[in-house]
Amino acid sequence: MPARDMDIPADTLPERAAVRAEAARLLERFLAAGAQPVETEILQPAGTLLDLYGEDIRARAYVTADPLEGEMMLRPDFTVPVVQMHMAGGAEPARYAYAGEVFRRQEHHGARAREYFQAGFELFARDDTEAADAEVFALFAEMLAPLGLRAATGDIGILRAAVEGLSTSPARKAALLRHIWRPRRFRALLDRFGGRVPPNETRKRLIASLGHATPEELMASAGPMIGLREPGEIAARARALAQDAAEPPLSGSEVETLDDVLGLRGTAPVALAHLRDVAVDLPAIGGAVERLARRLDALAARGIDVETLEFEASHGRSTLEYYDGFVFSFVAEARPDLPPVATGGRYDALTRVLGQGREIPAVGGVIRPGLVVALREGIA
Amino acid sequence: MSLKIGVPSKGRLMEKTFDWFGARGVQMARTGSDREYAARVEGAEGVEMVLLSAGEIPRELAAGRIHLGVTGSDLVREKLADWDREVVELARLGFGHADLILAVPACWIDVDTLEDLDGAASAFRAAHGHRLRIATKYHRLVREFLRDVGVADYQLVDSQGATEGTVKNLTAEAIADITSTGETLRANHLKILSDGVIHRSQATLYMSRRADWDTGETGGARAVLASLADRLDLDLPGRE
Repeated sequence: MPARDMDIPADTLPERAAVRAEAARLLERFLAAGAQPVETEILQPAGTLLDLYGEDIRARAYVTADPLEGEMMLRPDFTVPVVQMHMAGGAEPARYAYAGEVFRRQEHHGARAREYFQAGFELFARDDTEAADAEVFALFAEMLAPLGLRAATGDIGILRAAVEGLSTSPARKAALLRHIWRPRRFRALLDRFGGRVPPNETRKRLIASLGHATPEELMASAGPMIGLREPGEIAARARALAQDAAEPPLSGSEVETLDDVLGLRGTAPVALAHLRDVAVDLPAIGGAVERLARRLDALAARGIDVETLEFEASHGRSTLEYYDGFVFSFVAEARPDLPPVATGGRYDALTRVLGQGREIPAVGGVIRPGLVVALREGIA
Repeated sequence: MSLKIGVPSKGRLMEKTFDWFGARGVQMARTGSDREYAARVEGAEGVEMVLLSAGEIPRELAAGRIHLGVTGSDLVREKLADWDREVVELARLGFGHADLILAVPACWIDVDTLEDLDGAASAFRAAHGHRLRIATKYHRLVREFLRDVGVADYQLVDSQGATEGTVKNLTAEAIADITSTGETLRANHLKILSDGVIHRSQATLYMSRRADWDTGETGGARAVLASLADRLDLDLPGRE
């Protein structure tokens, strides 16, 4: 199950008024950092969110029916509507801030919060993306400093580059990239592409049959054509499977290298040095690794102690979020029962999906004022 | 106070339930006219039978309005969030077998596993501009299953009946439905994915965790159940 990073036991929620005041205070800080305040509607069209996140979002957001607009969702986060608003005609670069309630459907017991406040900051800028990453992280670090939280960072961009650098077919790379956020399916694919798990008997029979018959002939004997998926689509995928069966397995050393990158964790300088070593064998990650180096320089220039900053290559992989580069979170180490107090990251791909042909590099994050208040009261 | 047991109000499920209890010395029967939902129980002191639609028994158990209930395990898992927090499975009754499965058109020679379904869904979305539609009435079970195994780019469309026909009628590309023999699937030119069994269902006797088990002069419903446990060969959970 994906980590439910936004969940919190409801009974640890402090008084609502105190949380609302904290949200306003955080928003003020974001505005002082140069952001424009923005508002989004609570009722969001469900279609956009379903197309982005898939059916899983139904289990995590409240769906309601509008007689005119069809299915609507109670805002599960601000990022999507803020990106849409920016893509519809925002000036560049842009900094936005917001504060308000989000709503998360809970399908399991355990008194998780169904509604809570978020305060967020989003930065859309084309130049120097590493400086933008550092600006957002440093702002969050400064605002959260009194709580003594542990910060963790990662970089989905390095994972993507590592997959793109494998010496295998574009189809296999695309399949792996599509499932970076679903570790279990990713692992199953890697096991098959690496030859560790053989194809099942039905697949073997299909490949054997395709040696002496066309997909069209096999389809004709399998049954009548029904459904919207057309014969050409079925035949094309059957041919692709035959092609894939002829593809040599990923070498053991490549799978090992990828596993090494996926499992990498340590302080940022140690991780960077290690990734530079890996880049000797896997030159495709070189660009992403140098972006990490520039980001660490930019963070240091903003006063972040990068020597002790934690880096975890797989950080942010198990959430539903759309992060594809730098990712970060701030957690209270003394309270393992609480979700992260703040999370964020880079989501360039999201702007591409929502931009209808346009895109802009973007990075941002949210803080949960309810947790800030709870922790501050705990400290006091 | 007596122990209330909810039993499916009609059809084979009701008859087989009566048979199961009858074989263990508890005689159940409907009384009155064919159309009247009244019932009696003999051979067990303090047991009151309530005839209900099988689909409503999970909710009645979760609300604690009945102590025990017989219904399909598929219905309990579909209708109750965190079902094992609401009810305890006391006995699988050995009838009413049906599997909740994923099926696709037999002509999809390229699809046999969930991995294939996922791959086909990705290509389908690229070609058609919408996610691959799976018709079902078991939304919770299907969504949780597909999330756990990591299938993406699909959408669930609601189908409350004649689900096997939705592919031919172009309202879905695949289905998730209950089948016992697979005949209806074959007749509609569908095949089951080799790793596409979501849940193997059968009629099951459940105990409510929410019902009042203790009120009453003679030990309440708990005492009634204890007196039946040996005959029904039940392992009762400890008091919570």
